[in-house]
Amino acid sequence: MIPELGQYALILALCMAIIQAIVPLVGTFNRTPGWVALARPVAWGQFFFLLIAFAVLTHAFLVNDFSVLYVAQHGNTQLPVMYKISAVWGAHEGSLLLWVLILGAWTLAVSLLARNLPAEVMARVLSVMGMISIGFLLFLLLTSNPFARVFPVPAEGGDLNPLLQDFGLAIHPPMLYMGYVGLSVAFAFAIAALISGKLDAAWARWSRPWTLVAWVFLTIGIALGSWWAYYELGWGGWWFWDPVENASFMPWLAATALIHSLAVTEKRGAFKRWTVLLALTCFSLSLLGTFLVRSGVLTSVHAFASDPARGMFILLFLLVVIGGSLLLYAVRAPHIPRGGGFGALSRESLLLGNNVLLIVTTALVLLGTLAPLVYDAFGWGKISVGFPWFNTMFVTFMPLLIILMGAGPLTRWKHNDPAALAKRLKIALLISITAGVIIALPFSTGSVSAGIAVALSTWLASTLVSGLRQRLKNKPGIGGFINDLSGRGGRSYYGMWLAHIGIAVFVIGVTFVTQFDVEKDARMTPGQSIELSGYRFRFEGVNNVPGPNYRSQFGTVRVFKGDEEVALLNPEKRTYLVQTKPMTEAGINAGFMRDIYVSLGEPLGGGDWSLRLYYKPFVRWIWLGCIFIAAGGLLAASDPRYRNPLRHRREAAVTPAGAASAIRSNA
Amino acid sequence: MRAARKKRLYLVVLMVMGIGIAVGFALSAFNQNLMYFYSPSEVLAGDAPKDHMFRVGGLVTDGSVQRLANDLTVSFDVTDQLKSVTVEYTGILPDLFREGQGIIAHGKLRDDGVFVADEVLAKHDENYMPPEVAASLKQAHDEGVARTQQKATTQ
Repeated sequence: MIPELGQYALILALCMAIIQAIVPLVGTFNRTPGWVALARPVAWGQFFFLLIAFAVLTHAFLVNDFSVLYVAQHGNTQLPVMYKISAVWGAHEGSLLLWVLILGAWTLAVSLLARNLPAEVMARVLSVMGMISIGFLLFLLLTSNPFARVFPVPAEGGDLNPLLQDFGLAIHPPMLYMGYVGLSVAFAFAIAALISGKLDAAWARWSRPWTLVAWVFLTIGIALGSWWAYYELGWGGWWFWDPVENASFMPWLAATALIHSLAVTEKRGAFKRWTVLLALTCFSLSLLGTFLVRSGVLTSVHAFASDPARGMFILLFLLVVIGGSLLLYAVRAPHIPRGGGFGALSRESLLLGNNVLLIVTTALVLLGTLAPLVYDAFGWGKISVGFPWFNTMFVTFMPLLIILMGAGPLTRWKHNDPAALAKRLKIALLISITAGVIIALPFSTGSVSAGIAVALSTWLASTLVSGLRQRLKNKPGIGGFINDLSGRGGRSYYGMWLAHIGIAVFVIGVTFVTQFDVEKDARMTPGQSIELSGYRFRFEGVNNVPGPNYRSQFGTVRVFKGDEEVALLNPEKRTYLVQTKPMTEAGINAGFMRDIYVSLGEPLGGGDWSLRLYYKPFVRWIWLGCIFIAAGGLLAASDPRYRNPLRHRREAAVTPAGAASAIRSNA
Repeated sequence: MRAARKKRLYLVVLMVMGIGIAVGFALSAFNQNLMYFYSPSEVLAGDAPKDHMFRVGGLVTDGSVQRLANDLTVSFDVTDQLKSVTVEYTGILPDLFREGQGIIAHGKLRDDGVFVADEVLAKHDENYMPPEVAASLKQAHDEGVARTQQKATTQ
């Protein structure tokens, strides 16, 4: 009985979504305030019913209701409670339900938090989000009903894929979806602006915090996925250019371009058409990602189902959304007024360079991801694109991006005299080249790549410090800093600062771990020791140990540096009882400067095992950088000027000082 | 104003050229990094490139997995159930590697016809079959059926 309630709730949510999509939008055209005002309460209603549906499915997992097909396939009585909850989104139907729920939550958030939005804009934004919701609810109800029953009722469930029984992966999908779906807000704002024809600085200011928050979630989601792959897959890699990783990375790259071009549109009124197009692109790439992952056209751990009906539905939906929004854009774009002009060397032109580079890399990732599908469709053969290609692309384009990233915040809007800029950047350039050369010299590392990476990171750090000194010149001491941070535009600037430092940390991590990691596959007899990068690994053997829902072959490896024991590592090979899949759990000793990583291969007879030993310098910096980036995004999104933008505009217009500070304050 | 506009034109031209070169470079590198998939039948028929990396896939033949010497080199046969290719790999095999399982190997063909793999993939699902492998098995199966039918009609 209860599962049927979930189904009814979904149908009611669909009804609400239809009203939300149509009535307020029509109301803005025939000027019926009552219809316009309907947007918010209907959105709340829709979220309420989605919440009920989600709660019902969660309940079914918690009470092991195997009469529900989805629970019978992915639940199990032995599953720890945490994984019973994460099993709700552990496979296709439930993860879609989570998708719609999160869409409902974003809609709710917009309706509650964007209080300074004019009623008409609010109505249009919510109605666009309602349309997206209709698409996904129809998809759920028509092709992927999570509440379908099964008869006869099985006595035990099929269990959650053991790979997914992990904390990192339990929260990875919700974070990623928060990002994917959050980009629908930027999309809805763009469509609403195109409908009304009012694409102005106010539109950009309303979009900015939402886009930033979505981007932060996307960053966290991707970083979690990478961290999980590192410790769970047992190969010690943190990024594989897997099509599914690319599917989440493309919206991230495009959204990074979007948050920067939104800054230009807000501050200078330039790039309007481009920014709108980017907002449409970002969400289209999110949908494409969902399509790629869910349709089963890609082969991956993530591709749960390969049901052609589902693939067709998402493909059609994708065509409607992308085609419809581009059509609207084509009709409206010629009427968008031109923005402010800018010189060849200005912050605008550098941000333009940033956008071009990010979009080129997005296009290349798209090419590498879709090429196998295209080749197959045209019968040109079955191909895969080797990951060295992706690496080469990034190593080619990212240094340029970082050079711009360092110079951008020190460049003035509108026009900057090249000689003056060169003077400001001179010291930073000297410091970074010196640092790079020292690192690249044979007596330190002897690696040119490491030298370049250090030079680039130092360049970022030194330009950021120089910008900060300039900014705080008339605000001495810690008090000046706190005043600056809490003022309008302050958090935007410090958010940018933190995120860019995060990039510097990330670059060091990526380069050092690829340049200097040491890997060894070895056959080891209990008691045997192997030397690797100054560490001695002593293999003590493997025991059988039972776990809550698995059996474990529990290895013990002691790691010594000199005579001192540094770490006791326990790599495991688990066999889950229900799905009988073997799973590798790596033994990792994490450190700020290096990780020591051991994973079990296979038994070779007589107590011998094959083992994989790794020394991974600076690998933690990769995720540390991501944390900085995400924190910077959050700080920027919390800037007070987004909460009360009208007053800010008046202030800026009235006092020259305010105007100056608005121009100086940063993206 | 004129000068500024001229400057901007240079900037645009420079940028277009830069991007053009970069994209050209990217596309040529792309072609060199494509790895085609061949079934064991195609490899034995000599369709696969001799000096270029490619992928071969199929089912691991029962009883063919052997450890060579005392190190980590493994040799096994991969079949599409018509023909089979011997694969050699040094390192740790993926968790789900076992006889009868569908796998894909990346690598190069050695002169003696042994495929030397630098990577072996077996997906994290027991029922999972890489689509390339599934397609080539189906094709091989159809060919086999056609051949038996032919034999039946000629007899």
